[in-house]
Amino acid sequence: MAEKMELHEVEVWDGNMAASHALRQAQVDVVAAYPITPSTPIVQNYSQFLADGQVDGEFVMVESEHAAMSGCVGAAAAGGRVATATSSQGFALMSEVLYQAAGMRLPIVLCVVNRALASPLNVNGDHSDMYMGRDAGWINLCSYNPQEAYDLTLMSFKIGEDLDVRLPVMMHQDGFICSHTAQSVRALDDDSAYKFVGDYIPKNPMLDFEKPVTYGSQTEEDWHFEHKARQHNDHMNSFPVIERVFKEFKELTGREYNLVEKYHMDDAEIALVALGTTVESAILTAEELRKEGIKAGVVSLRVLRPFPFIQIAEALKGVKAVATLDRSLPGGALGMLYNEITASLYHSEHRPLVTNYIYGLGGRDMTIGHLKEVFKETKANADAGKLTVPIQQFIGLRGPKLTFY
Amino acid sequence: MELRGWDEFEIGSVLFSFNEKVENIPNVQQEDRSYSENNSFQASVAHWRVEKPIFNVDHCIDCFFCWIYCPDSSILAREKEVEKKGEKIMEQSMVGIDYVHCKGCGVCSSVCPTDPKSLLMVDEHDEEERVLANWPKKEGKEK
Repeated sequence: MAEKMELHEVEVWDGNMAASHALRQAQVDVVAAYPITPSTPIVQNYSQFLADGQVDGEFVMVESEHAAMSGCVGAAAAGGRVATATSSQGFALMSEVLYQAAGMRLPIVLCVVNRALASPLNVNGDHSDMYMGRDAGWINLCSYNPQEAYDLTLMSFKIGEDLDVRLPVMMHQDGFICSHTAQSVRALDDDSAYKFVGDYIPKNPMLDFEKPVTYGSQTEEDWHFEHKARQHNDHMNSFPVIERVFKEFKELTGREYNLVEKYHMDDAEIALVALGTTVESAILTAEELRKEGIKAGVVSLRVLRPFPFIQIAEALKGVKAVATLDRSLPGGALGMLYNEITASLYHSEHRPLVTNYIYGLGGRDMTIGHLKEVFKETKANADAGKLTVPIQQFIGLRGPKLTFY
Repeated sequence: MELRGWDEFEIGSVLFSFNEKVENIPNVQQEDRSYSENNSFQASVAHWRVEKPIFNVDHCIDCFFCWIYCPDSSILAREKEVEKKGEKIMEQSMVGIDYVHCKGCGVCSSVCPTDPKSLLMVDEHDEEERVLANWPKKEGKEK
């Protein structure tokens, strides 16, 4: 039996260490991993825990990320609690198996430390990997800081493993800005954390020899559609479970999470929508602008998948103009947040004006100054009652001003 | 098989080999197992074959190489009466091919170590009697 760790009330952890401790406390049975920057320390720390006798599970070093996720699929199908971590190119190499894991309804937890996708090669943070995997059928949770990385990783197990959900979960944190920035983290003690997550309940495990089961079956045009529809249905209906887990976590820790997070939105006239660490900068910016009398607010998606279609429109109810900030550039299209949020707002009573800003690719800084500029342009749209700028713009980009539509 | 709606089957597109719980299943022969309709034992791949294996019991030494290598468990080994040192005893022996699940890959013939081989791949439409009557002779080691 693994030794328990005595944690301080406040630990100084970066986002990677926070995720490592969440995996340790959840008593994961199998971690199959092929470490990649900037998520490497998650599995490196975990292997140290294992070497020090603080983890009972298996740690399997494999030959690629495709194999890492395949190992996770095998272990999860066998009937164990399973987790791993990856980023960027590694995430891309996993992508085939990500769809397999979701289709087989295996509640694997994947700690994704978001990083740009090549080419050109880049190790820094943006959301290209998150965007690439968003349709893979996984639940996607997003964090801003190490505390949330810890909290949401623990909750990922409880959400994905719920018998009404039974889907794999990605827990996103920004590469370096969150993953390598040490901050104060209030962790649960080992017993409380495990009690919160609960024992793993196997469902149709391959190691049940009394009921032999085949995973990875082939279905053609007469069955495939029904299986995918069932998966989609259970994914779309996972909101109540996610909210219940958020509520139970709040009762335990006092820390509150919502499907859609709102900051200074009660009387907001304009709002920015962003994901990850940028949300914290945007909140600071909104607070500064409020001193100037600008009623600025910030909205973020805590849960990117399932997409909170109703809740996002509800959160933006009453604002005159919205700026959607995408930290990834979907090739040949407007940003994902722009497209999805605009679709949601199309059905709202007062359709606000919506713009799209692409920012921070490959780790490019997003400053308070930049965010002020976005807020001010958004305010100009609100005041004019129409768009005063093109729909898609690019923040901090050198060269001639680039815009679309 | 009855086509069902999206809400009418197990999640994860998993397939169960049996409808009921089973015990000690490794010690039950395939033909005696009550497989569910979803088990691949219920499906035939015979029509995939271009060539089929023919088994010649006269040369077989019961080494079970073919049984181990067959990817589809289509080499049938069963208890049968054999004569050893003048005594008749029951022993696991090669009895033939499961032509419903054999897809004709030829691995069994390839790994067969006897001379001449005890398993030969022949045209799917060849008749077993004709093939057995024209079985190759011992080649012997080249000098």
